[in-house]
Order: sequence, then C-alpha cells, then structure tokens
Amino acid sequence: MLRVDNLTKRFGGVSAVQDVALSLSQGVVHSIIGPNGAGKTTLLNMLSGIYRPDAGEIAFEERSLAGKSPHDFATAGIGRTFQNLQVFYNMTALENVMTGRWLHERCSLAAALLRLPALARAERKCRAEALALLQLVGLARWADTPADAMPYGALKRLEIARALAAEPKLLLLDEPAAGLNPSETLDIDRLIRELAARGLTVVLVEHNMKLVMEVSEHVVVLVQGQKLAEGAPAAVSSDPRVVEAYLGTEAC
Amino acid sequence: MSASFVQFVLSGLTAGAIYALVALGFAIIYNASGVINFAQGEFVMIGGMATAAFIATGLPLAVSVVLAILVAVLVGVALEKLAVEPARNAPVVTLIIITIGASILIRGLAALVWDKKIHAVPAFSGETPIALGGATLLPQVLWVLGASAAAVVALWWFFNRTLAGKAMLAVSHNRLAARLMGISVGRVLLMSFALSAALGALAGVLIAPIAFTSWDAGVMLGLKGFAAAILGGMGNGAGAIVGGLVLGLLESLGAGYVSSAYKDVFAFVILLAALVFLPHGILGRRAAERV
Amino acid sequence: MAAAPLSASRKGFLALAAAIALLPLALPNAYTYEIAILVGLNAIACVGLNLLIGYAGQISLGHAGFFGLGAYGSALLASRYGLPPLAALAVAVGAVALLAWAIGRPILRLKGHALAMATLGFGIIVSVVIANEDQVTGGPDGMTVVPLSALGYTLAGEKAWYWVIGATLLAAVWLAHNLIESPRGRALRALHGSEVAAGALGIDAARHKLSAFVISAVFAALAGAMAAHYSGFITPSKASFVHSIELVTMVVFGGMASTLGAVVGAAVLTTLPQLLTVFKEYEMVLLGGVMMLTMIFMPQGLVPSLARLLAARRKP
Repeated sequence: MLRVDNLTKRFGGVSAVQDVALSLSQGVVHSIIGPNGAGKTTLLNMLSGIYRPDAGEIAFEERSLAGKSPHDFATAGIGRTFQNLQVFYNMTALENVMTGRWLHERCSLAAALLRLPALARAERKCRAEALALLQLVGLARWADTPADAMPYGALKRLEIARALAAEPKLLLLDEPAAGLNPSETLDIDRLIRELAARGLTVVLVEHNMKLVMEVSEHVVVLVQGQKLAEGAPAAVSSDPRVVEAYLGTEAC
Repeated sequence: MSASFVQFVLSGLTAGAIYALVALGFAIIYNASGVINFAQGEFVMIGGMATAAFIATGLPLAVSVVLAILVAVLVGVALEKLAVEPARNAPVVTLIIITIGASILIRGLAALVWDKKIHAVPAFSGETPIALGGATLLPQVLWVLGASAAAVVALWWFFNRTLAGKAMLAVSHNRLAARLMGISVGRVLLMSFALSAALGALAGVLIAPIAFTSWDAGVMLGLKGFAAAILGGMGNGAGAIVGGLVLGLLESLGAGYVSSAYKDVFAFVILLAALVFLPHGILGRRAAERV
Repeated sequence: MAAAPLSASRKGFLALAAAIALLPLALPNAYTYEIAILVGLNAIACVGLNLLIGYAGQISLGHAGFFGLGAYGSALLASRYGLPPLAALAVAVGAVALLAWAIGRPILRLKGHALAMATLGFGIIVSVVIANEDQVTGGPDGMTVVPLSALGYTLAGEKAWYWVIGATLLAAVWLAHNLIESPRGRALRALHGSEVAAGALGIDAARHKLSAFVISAVFAALAGAMAAHYSGFITPSKASFVHSIELVTMVVFGGMASTLGAVVGAAVLTTLPQLLTVFKEYEMVLLGGVMMLTMIFMPQGLVPSLARLLAARRKP
C-alpha cells in the first residue's frame, strides 16, 4: 500500500533520516520503534507531507506523493495524529471531529455564505457521524466541552477520533500512548485493535514496547535515521542488534 | 561618475545609516524577546525632539544630546516593564497591537508635552558644505556615518567582549538554557529595550539637523527601519546593517532617477518584493528553525 | 430546522436588527445620524476584517487600502467615466476583489510579523499613490463624488442613508455568521487553531486564507464606496495607515472571533472620539492607551470577555 525508497531528510548538516526504504501492506498494524532522535517523527512528517524529503520516493497506492503538500497527502487517504497534541483548542470536542469530516463534505463558498438548505441537512449528518466517532473512542460525554477544558488522555483519543473522521486508508499514530497511565494505555490498545479489526492500516510510532508487541504484526526499527531491522515483533525483539541498540538486555 | 550620482549615493548612505541603526534596535529586541517593537520609530523621534527641547532651555548641544538619549532609554524601559512584560506570552497579533498602541500613545504624549510644530536642531559642527567629487556634503553627514559606524563597533564589542552582552546573546539563542545558567532573562529584556531605545535616539539625534524633527517624525523612520531589518534578515545584526544601507541607497537612487514624488513608496515596494521573493532576507534568518 | 433555543449568533443578529430599527428614536439631529452612519460604515469593514483576524487568525495592517480603493474606484468610475453610480460601486468592489485575490496569494504565504509588514506596505503604497496621482484623484485635497442614484431615485440625506447602511450591515453580519457556522467556517477556525493539523485533515490553508482575505477586502471596499457616495467627498486619509490601525483596533477591542464584537468595537471607537472632541488633543493618547490596556487586560476583546464574565456569574 505504501512504499518508500531511499527516503532522506537533512537539517543543516545532520541527516535526520537517511536512505530509508519501507514497504507497508494494507490492513496490517505496523510499528516504528527506535531510540529518541532516531528520526521516527521526521519520517512520519514526511509520510504526511509536513516535511519535504531531500531525496527518495514516497508511493501511496502506486501514486507518487513526495514533495506534495500536507493536504494532498490527506486527500490521498493518509491521516495522522500528533506527538505534541495539535488539537483545535478554539473548538469543542464535537467541532474538532466534525472538522475531520472536511474531505467528505461538499461546501461551496456560495452555499456557506447563503446558508443553502442542502447545507443544513449535510451538517446534521456530519454531527451524527462525529458523535458516533466520539462514542467509538469513549468521549461522547465530552462532545460539547471546549477542547481546552479536556484532560490530556481524552485529548489523545480526540485526535484519533478527528483523524478517523476523514475516513483515512492509512492512519499514522505518533506516540498515542505518550504520557498516559496504564489504564488509559489499555484504552488505546483496545482502540487500535478495533481499528485493525475494521481493516484500517495503521502505522504506530511508540516507545511503549508492551503496546507495540501486543498490537503490531510488523515492526520497523529505526536507529540514527536508518533502518536497522524489520519483521514480526517476536523476531525483532530478539534480534541482537536491536537489543543492543535500543531494547536493552531486559525488555518487558 | 556624475556629480548627481555621487550626491544620491551619499544621501542614500546617510539615510541608510539611520535605517541601519533603527533596524539594529529592532533586531536586538526581537532577538531577546521575539517581540517586534512597532514603537521603535518613536525612540528616534524622542531623540530629535528632546534634544531640540533641551537646547531651547539653554543647555549646550552635547548635554542636550546625552539627556535626550537618556529620556529615550527611560521610555524604552517603561515600555518593556508596563506593556511588554505583562503580555509576554500573548500571541503575535496581540503583541503587535500593544506595541502599535504604545507608539500611538508615545506620539500623542509628545504632541502634548512638546507641540506639533517642526523643530530644528543645530548641526553638530556647522553648516559649511564640503566638496567631494563634484558633489557637496554637509558636515552632519560625516557625523551620521561616523557615529553610526562607531555605534556598530561599540555594539560588536559589547556583544562579544562583555559579560552583559554575551548574556544577551545567550538569551536570544536559548532562553531556557540561559536561565538555567543563572542569567536573569528579565534583566536582559530590560537591557535590550534600553539599548534599542538608545540606538533609536542616537539615530534621531544624528538625523535631526538634516531632516528636522517633529512629533510624528518617527512613524516613517520606524517603518522603514523595520523594512530594513526584514530586508536584511530579521534578527540578524549584520543583516540589519546591510538591509539599512541597501534600502537607503535604493530609495535614494530611485527617488533621484525614477520619481521623487514616490520616494516613500520605494522602501515598501522593495520590502514587499523582498518578503515575497526572499522571505528570509538578504543574509537569512539567524538559525535554522526546527518544526 | 431544529426547534432548539436560539443560538447565540441568532440572538445577536436579532439584537442588532432591533438596535438598528429603534436607534432613530434616540437620535435628535442630523449630526447624530451622521455618527450612526459612520459607525455603520466602519462596522461593515470591521465585520469583514474580523473574519480575517479573529477567525482565520491572520493580520492585516493595510485594510484601509481596500477601503480607499473601493471609495476612489467607485468615485472615479461614476464621476469621471460616467458609469451609473450603482454600476460604478459594483465594478469598483469587484475590481478590489480581483486585486485582493492577486496580491493575497503571495502575501498570505507569510506569517506573523512578516505578514503584518507586507499588508502594512500594501496599505501605505495605496495611500501614497492615491495622494500623489492628483491629476486623477485630486491629490491630498481629495475629490468630489456623485451621490448614489438608480432608476431616477437619488439617495440623499442622513435618514435615507441610515436605513441603507443599516440594512447593508445586517446583511454583512448575516453573511459572516453563515460562513462561520458552515463547514468552511470550521475550516477557517481550524487553520487558526493549528495549521498543521488542519492540513492533515485536507484543509488547504492557502486557499482558505485567501478567501477570507478577499471577502474581508470586499467588505472594506463596499464600505469605502458607500462612504464616498454618502459624503459626496473623499480624501486620501481614508486609505491611510492610521485608518488601517483604527479598523484593526476596533476589531481587536470589540472581540476577535466575534462578529457582534466587531460591530460593538466599531461603535465604541467611532463614537468615543466624537464625544471627546473636547479632548481632541488627548485623542491619540486615549486611542493608544485603549489599545494597550485592552490587549493587556482583555486580550479576548470586550464582547467575549463580558460574555465570559456573564457566564461565570450565572454558574453558582
């Protein structure tokens, strides 16, 4: 589904990502792991169009996306959440998710300015769909709460609901469990499984090894901007190179 | 080289030196605090007007100049303490409006304290023009160029050889790290405003004998100085100087050879062109920005 | 449509309509009508500017340029080129929309201070050009403008203009509310909230900022053109940097991201100097002081801050 070749990104003189090649298949939960500074978020930023690669190719469903803008990536069907929350704090939770429906709404300027009747119907439908997504992530009771009044754990799930609203074919989750306590992490775990069961392709960047091992079928290890290893979770976690570079002798 | 060309170049360099000083003021405050001080031009105005006022009370020129710069520094410090510090974490739009409001306030006060008339300040060393390559130049021009150059050298020495200057540089590079090193960020901010005010006032004092001064003389100078700072690369000290000189020269040559009626417009056309085609300015922004 | 209680914006719109309808009862003479008209004109421009500053999160320090271009454009087309005044107005506003579209594309790529500076530069260039081309525009002394007339009827007199401008303001507020409450409005607010996240949802930042910019320019140009035909005379000061700053201050003071706030801001900051003509000398000090104090203590603006106070008071 997503193929990446020779992907490179430099900042100043430093290569954050160097010559990375990946092949991600559809309907599978993939994880990208590695120590801090390994280039995981940089890679994700390139896969969502926020960074332009200095070299290399990104092909999504056989279409080349490298060098395009973020909204082109979104239109192609790639959605994401952010490591440092990028919630719309100037809206309620429901409005956040409704905004996620943007790609599936037809709203011309004239229709907006003149409040054409078809728009009202579309808005009702949008509301209902957004509410359903909030229910899926367990945030239905926060629907009309301003986002800046919501707790951190809820906001992490809100971002996922918002990304799902766009009906992506590929969902990039950037450290969805960061800063969450074990019970909240369990919620994320269940959510990702639910999404996988529905056939969504997920790419997970995470430090929480337990979550990674339980949820993913395919793991890629990034160290210092380069791919060190990839494969099934069990294989990767017992790979001596990976253990030495990242996991340490006793990984749990 | 025709005489008029030399004339245009000289007047361009003179204006450019003034723009450079104002631009340096912008750069110093921007580097220390991230704030664009839209009131920078008012320091220039205070420099000129206060000098004229002190001279009118009978004080000698040199004393008036020093006192005028001190007045500007006080205003700068007050601005930082009363307007900028309370709103330090506010978004860009808010800060822009606060400093614009401050500039309007200061201008209003100037009109009240002094008046709305145009004032003259005597030239530092007389009015007899000097002949140079077919063109004539006023001795004041030498003062402008010389004093500006001296100010730049003094600044370089300050930032590279003194502890206080290095502290300011540290804050501009990484505020948190500087704080952890024991540097008082609040004091650095105060100093940056004081320093910028002094630079602005110096510019105002230097140019007043040539261009006269009035309560609203600071508006255009401030805007053009800001344009120069952006042209050279916002936050870049050397850029401020380059930007100022380039702007002054282009403006003077444009006014001389294209149209003098539109002199004021040149600066902004250049600025717009620079912003669209060279968003990081001639010398580029200070450091790479990490997303 | 839902039988839900009136939304805040619906209530605000009705309140404004009521205010416009009832105000003439309190206006004793032509002079007060004139002030009301001035408020209305500024309010129309501010409602548009608020879309750009409060909702899209951009900034423009040169919007008086659009106001002036609308004014002079309509005046010139009607007076010099003999177009019927209504047509002149429409063509002028349309031309400004095109101009805004053309310069908006490169300018809106800039952010923060750079954008502020670019819009400022634009405004100054416009006002200097208008003042200098005195053969065409009458220069700093201004030019006369024919009154607005159509189908044999000439719009003249404070009372008639009051109703026309009141209706136009209501239409402007209605359009603005519709836009804000639509998906496109959410897209704009999303851009303001987090441009990165909005992009990841498929929202094209450049296109939406541009449309907000053009719409706000159209509102300003319309207000300018109406101002020109109303007073029968215009000067370059209508396009000045000072006027741009006044418009921004009205929006910010009244409340960003609040259409009614923009109207309130225009009302307060237009009438205040009129009331304080005694303090003409202190006008700048007061304006500057108001700007600073508002942004330091009420960064949300008057209307949202009051609304928050009321909401807090209501909860036990």
